[in-house]
Amino acid sequence: MGQSLPVINAENGEARAPVGFDEKLAAHGLALRAGAVETLQVNVGKLCNQACKHCHVDAGPKRTEIMSPETAEQIVAAVRRFHFPIVDITGGAPELNPSFRYLVKESRAAGAHVIVRHNLTVMFEPEQADLPDFFREHRVEVVSSLPYFLEQQTDAQRGHGVFVKSLEAMRRLNGVGYGLTQSGLVLNLVYNPTGAFLPPAEGSIEADFKRELAARYGVSFNRLYTITNMPIRRFLDYLRRTGNEERYMRKLVEAFNPQAVEGLMCRNLLSVDWTGRLYDCDFNQMLDLPIAAGLPRTISAYDPVKFSARPISTAAHCFGCTAGAGSSCGGSVMKN
Amino acid sequence: MAYYEEDDLNRFGEIGKHRPDLFEKFMAWYQACQEDGALSRREKALIGLAVAHALQCPYCIDAYSQSCLESGSNLEQMTEAIHMASALRGGACLIHGLQAHNAVNKVSM
Repeated sequence: MGQSLPVINAENGEARAPVGFDEKLAAHGLALRAGAVETLQVNVGKLCNQACKHCHVDAGPKRTEIMSPETAEQIVAAVRRFHFPIVDITGGAPELNPSFRYLVKESRAAGAHVIVRHNLTVMFEPEQADLPDFFREHRVEVVSSLPYFLEQQTDAQRGHGVFVKSLEAMRRLNGVGYGLTQSGLVLNLVYNPTGAFLPPAEGSIEADFKRELAARYGVSFNRLYTITNMPIRRFLDYLRRTGNEERYMRKLVEAFNPQAVEGLMCRNLLSVDWTGRLYDCDFNQMLDLPIAAGLPRTISAYDPVKFSARPISTAAHCFGCTAGAGSSCGGSVMKN
Repeated sequence: MAYYEEDDLNRFGEIGKHRPDLFEKFMAWYQACQEDGALSRREKALIGLAVAHALQCPYCIDAYSQSCLESGSNLEQMTEAIHMASALRGGACLIHGLQAHNAVNKVSM
């Protein structure tokens, strides 16, 4: 039998890695510090119409943790005051939050580019049928998960019937101009591996998606982002249940790419949770891994001067963002 | 004790303890073979998977199954590659039937 890995940061649902992330950075003469915050990523809560097997949020239809209107107002106030160039709204399915449209409208009015992490199928929930028109009206960038261009792999990860619904949603988005070359309305897809393996090269799999989705189903999109599955929460549970944790973590560590560190999203992103608390990224948020000591903890107390050049809080899951071509909410870090 | 241990795949480097110069040359050549060239990484991974099955090497089957997934292939494509290896093995076996025919003919009236 293989020798067990030493346990590092195993509390709070952390994956077990053979070496610490900061230790690995130091071995390459690196340290992780933030630059200026360009993206405010707003997680409005854990309520979702789906319960995907890899979800790092543990989101689902029975979750009750959602952002209040008061917290949404605090976020809009911060967007107006600090002029974040990008507001990236995620969840759960963010559209199910009553404050979602307010956040979009006011962020756009404040001049921000708005990204919505839209799961496609939420369009078929009550009172959501007009989402394509709402997105178009506010020139929202739509980013949607579709783990593969075939039904079996997609439904295996995201639930029975999701693939067929997702295609219908893409048709409706295409119908109002999203994902069409000349429209300026951006529909980007996200590829997540449907198991314990790393994503393929982004450019290569994007070409497959474009060819197959157009030929088989007549739908189109702009870019495909490949995102590595993070070894936390529901995906970590899967790794442990299937005996894949040790192997997956070894793979992430062995694939550590020092060149990906400079482009990590946490260097230019600030994450805010449904209660208004601040984190270095959405993954740290889900692990309740706090930002550096001494910094304000909530969006209402945000201070750009204090946050610039802050050290980033890290743990074993960070190897997920530095493996291979690197991974971020905008796909691979090293674009090919 | 089984002859094949999954963890042995991670111990491959131990072969380099003796004659590391030869192992380093092998690894450099092996890695270079994997890179994108006139064939893509994906095509090479599918070839690797087919050869792994022809050789019936469990380490290689494990490694190249992962490589195929990580270069974007799906199980349908991988299974076609395995059928190619199987068909070649079958055909190679069958054509040797002519050897048998030749041998029989040589000693027959």
